[in-house]
Amino acid sequence: MLSEPFSIGNSVIHRIDPRHRILAAFLYSVVVAVLYQLQALALATAFSGLLVKTAGLDGKAVFRRLALVNGFVALFWLILPFTAKGDILFEAGPLTVYEAGVLMALQITLKSNAIIMAFISLVSTMSFSTLGYALRSLKLPHKLVFLFILTYRYIFVIEQEYRKIWRSVKVRGFSPATSIHCYKTYAYMIGMIFVRAAARADRVYRAMLCRGFNGRFHSLSDFPASGKNGLFLFIAIVCTVLLVSTEWYFHG
Amino acid sequence: MHISEGILTWPVLASGAAFAAAGTAVGLKKLKTEDIPKTAILSAAFFVASLIHVPIGPASAHLILNGIVGLLLGWAAFPAILVALFLQALFFQYGGITTLGVNTLLMALPAVLCYLVFHPLIIKKDGYTASAAGFAGGFLSVLFSGIILAAFLIFAHRAFTEVAYFIVSIHLPIMIIEGIITMFCIGFLKKVQPSLLGSVYGFDGSNPAITK
Repeated sequence: MLSEPFSIGNSVIHRIDPRHRILAAFLYSVVVAVLYQLQALALATAFSGLLVKTAGLDGKAVFRRLALVNGFVALFWLILPFTAKGDILFEAGPLTVYEAGVLMALQITLKSNAIIMAFISLVSTMSFSTLGYALRSLKLPHKLVFLFILTYRYIFVIEQEYRKIWRSVKVRGFSPATSIHCYKTYAYMIGMIFVRAAARADRVYRAMLCRGFNGRFHSLSDFPASGKNGLFLFIAIVCTVLLVSTEWYFHG
Repeated sequence: MHISEGILTWPVLASGAAFAAAGTAVGLKKLKTEDIPKTAILSAAFFVASLIHVPIGPASAHLILNGIVGLLLGWAAFPAILVALFLQALFFQYGGITTLGVNTLLMALPAVLCYLVFHPLIIKKDGYTASAAGFAGGFLSVLFSGIILAAFLIFAHRAFTEVAYFIVSIHLPIMIIEGIITMFCIGFLKKVQPSLLGSVYGFDGSNPAITK
């Protein structure tokens, strides 16, 4: 069900300190989220595209992820051009297409794709345990990081339990339909998942305590300080400054 | 239910993030270290729920379950939902970094409200009252989430009003299904393992139904 297809790789980006990558992704996303000028947004999309290229990711896989996001964006394309009143772009029969609406939908499309491409190439390119470790060393509350790591672990447990229960209801002839019986079955399935998973979580936690767990996780991989990390952060800052100045320039 | 990257304006994103951070801080404070594994289970279930599709007439919708998460976790729903949403952003690009705050707020705030209002009823009462409280918990948490989502969109830009109405209206049947599923699920847990609803998950020791 879940995979981290982007975390395996040996590109320049994969080798940069995960903490630097998270910081850069955060800074860049926040800046792109506040841009409005189309020129600045186009530049951001170009930068993000370049990032995906630099990370050497499988174009098709990235495209599939983007398609999912653009489903939500498509909703805005279906509604905004006809409802955001302003200068008329053109009229097609009974429909009037407004310039402001098209512009807004275009802004949204560029923005969301730019941010997500950057996120995929900077954050999805690290393995999960590395991410947990990096978040901890970025001074996030340790309870939150602990919760984060355990949740990731339990997603697979829950999914297994779900598949097991799903098989057993199938064997008993259950077929989904729009009926109270069906919803009741789903509700009981979910309840049973909680019961079993909670018991399993308890066992795992006790086992961890027995082995001297004290609430801290350690990362096995090491991230040596190198000049490349500094350079990477510098480039990230230059890019965001470029974006902001483009925005100002066209803002007039 | 979530808002994608690139749609909201910065004041909305910033205030959403601030409120979500406050809620998460409260949730983490109330969350004891030994309860983290069980919270993680619910957080993972919330994540997996988005992959479970239930039929509605000819179509299907995926479950949200923020009502159940709220009823079982109370304030800890904030960190639990935050973590699940971050993982969804990581794996499926649902939402993202800048919208993490607003998405957490719109899912977790209704969950906590439902906990405060309906949890005592579910614990103390039996029969129809408890069932009704379960239904209301599931139904209203999705309804509130929809309303908050719509409000965020409209605050961000007036032009989003129609989109906001559209999103809320397609969630109406989902609210009913969430209500039904929450009601049965809570009833089931009450019969099978009441400790999941009560003391074990009672992060808020002040709840009289729990401390008794």
